[in-house]
Amino acid sequence: MIKEEMRIRSNLPIAQHIFEMKLEGNIPEEVNQPGQFLHMKTTNQVTPLLRRPISICSNDKDKGQLTVIYRSGGQGTKCISEKKIGDTIDVLGPLGNGFNIENVNRTDTVVLAGGGIGVPPLYGLGLELKKKGIHVVSVLGFSTASATFYHDKFAELGEVFYCTMDGTEGHKGTVTDVMRRENISFDQLFACGPVPMLKSLEDTFPDAKGALSLEERMGCGIGACFACVCHVQDDPTGKDYRKVCSNGPVFPWREVALR
Amino acid sequence: MILETKLPGLPMKNPIMPASGCFGFGEEFAKLYDLSQLGSIALKAATAEPRYGNETPRVAETPAGMLNAIGLQNPGVKDIIEKKLTWLEQYQVPLLANVAGSTMEDYENTAKQLADSGLVGAIELNISCPNVKEGGIAFGTDPDLAAELTSRVKKVSSIPVYVKLSPNVTSIVDLALAVEKAGADGLSMINTVTGMQINVNTGKPLLANKVGGLSGPAVKPIAIRMIYEVRQQTDLPIIGMGGIHSVEDVVEFLYAGANAVAIGTANFTNPFICPEIIQGLEQWAKEKKVANIHDVTRSEVVEQ
Ligand SMILES: Cc1cc2nc3c(=O)[nH]c(=O)nc-3n(C[C@H](O)[C@H](O)[C@H](O)COP(=O)(O)OP(=O)(O)OC[C@H]3O[C@@H](n4cnc5c(N)ncnc54)[C@H](O)[C@@H]3O)c2cc1C
Ligand SMILES: Cc1cc2nc3c(=O)[nH]c(=O)nc-3n(C[C@H](O)[C@H](O)[C@H](O)COP(=O)(O)O)c2cc1C
Ligand code: FES
Repeated sequence: MIKEEMRIRSNLPIAQHIFEMKLEGNIPEEVNQPGQFLHMKTTNQVTPLLRRPISICSNDKDKGQLTVIYRSGGQGTKCISEKKIGDTIDVLGPLGNGFNIENVNRTDTVVLAGGGIGVPPLYGLGLELKKKGIHVVSVLGFSTASATFYHDKFAELGEVFYCTMDGTEGHKGTVTDVMRRENISFDQLFACGPVPMLKSLEDTFPDAKGALSLEERMGCGIGACFACVCHVQDDPTGKDYRKVCSNGPVFPWREVALR
Repeated sequence: MILETKLPGLPMKNPIMPASGCFGFGEEFAKLYDLSQLGSIALKAATAEPRYGNETPRVAETPAGMLNAIGLQNPGVKDIIEKKLTWLEQYQVPLLANVAGSTMEDYENTAKQLADSGLVGAIELNISCPNVKEGGIAFGTDPDLAAELTSRVKKVSSIPVYVKLSPNVTSIVDLALAVEKAGADGLSMINTVTGMQINVNTGKPLLANKVGGLSGPAVKPIAIRMIYEVRQQTDLPIIGMGGIHSVEDVVEFLYAGANAVAIGTANFTNPFICPEIIQGLEQWAKEKKVANIHDVTRSEVVEQ
């Protein structure tokens, strides 16, 4: 984990309110798993005060570059979206534990299930899986066609099912709906997206192997402040916990309580 | 020597420490820098039994600040002593052990165990946590209760006891004087200011606990005013805190009357803030030709 001023190489909108940003520095060298994240300072002023957690979408150690994709919604991400090529941005990273693919067999089929702004880290994961020669199927859910992105990139990984809630692109309905309707089977399932999506996947595929990536509001991002804790499943005492920032954000299915 | 700061139970190299609850038990920050640089470390609150704390969201961002309602999550005093304090011993930094509870007996019991461990320099009584339902806050708002608690903990504790004051009172001076009379060895102030944020899209409170404690630059003027007022009435050592982000902020707290300072929320925006401020303060003192940081005192403010 290091803190550095990363140089911005590009920062462009790729869908409605969605930006892709390429950053250069020493952090790419430290990244060891897809699904790790960065804690980004959005300004040098005291407002917005807190860093913003953003997943690493893809990482290139050789070039010392990484890519993030973020939704410009609130105050902090808006500040990030206004940064120009050549500017620097204060980044703490890489943080957390990402997707562990050591237990994925070469002959396995892996489904990447992504929802909205949960899609980006799955792209980096897909690249790593493809490098290992693993069969990848992506099922990507969005609210509407104008919010979709990275069509070509995911197509390079393998078969892709797009779904939108309003049916403006691909299949109409949720990721879980489409997986059921299209009988999409898998040996391992990796997912990132809103909690209701993760919950419906876990309910529909109660024996799934693989992992999910969780979001929670953060303070420190390094495990010190206990802002980001979640409950674990099968814990009658209710006292056990995981910190999303330092134990996660990626957890095996059925480890943490989804609520 | 310029920065050396000696407070009861806390022989510090410099007047800078991370604030309770913003630094855990140091493990995460030890991966980033050598903790032995710190003047002291105010540890995360300890309670008699382990606590899970509140549901999430536990934090919300506000203009120049943040709200938190962690709810004193901690592994309980026994685990803290056995696992955290024995580990921290290697850094040779005097520790300020923050203690919270729901009853007077809780406080006594937890403080005694910490004092008896021989691993901490002083106790910081957290009578001001706004985020737990019972106890805590009542001890922090009623001068009689605060005094009774202080004297009871003093009786069982072999080490100095600081009382951490709440800003959520009409007269913080009354509280300060009450605990001083009861035997407090020092004060730390301020804890967070109670606040609330409502999500305008849903009309619901953003924090699961509905209300939380405001910290960060937004509360600094409140802290400065309160320390300034209390300093006029007592000579007790004061550990000042609330929104410190820079060397200038530290100097402002010293002028207001603090003897040392704690840095909380700023550790989240910059995990290296404590060592950076220590270095900066030394530099500042050299540039201003201040021979000893404790020459920077309230007297200069009062003369005006
Ligand atoms: C591990 C992790 C990885 C993430 N990866 C991505 C990503 O790759 N791309 C992306 O667009 N978003 C990602 N998010 C969500 C992203 O952090 C929030 O959208 C962002 O913090 C919102 O900031 P804002 O300035 O737009 O909103 P504001 O409303 O100004 O935010 C106010 C406060 O709430 C926090 N907050 C608001 N929404 C969220 C949320 N969904 N999750 C956590 N904190 C939140 C902010 O961090 C800030 O502290 C990730 C979140 C986590 C926890
Ligand atoms: C996330 C968080 C947790 C805190 N936990 C504690 C605690 O356990 N005990 C305590 O006495 N104060 C606690 N505080 C209060 C701080 O120690 C400090 O008094 C306050 O935040 C003001 O300083 P700051 O503005 O520099 O953060 C906490 C503050 C924050 C932000
Ligand atoms: S954000 Fe501080 S512990 Fe996770």
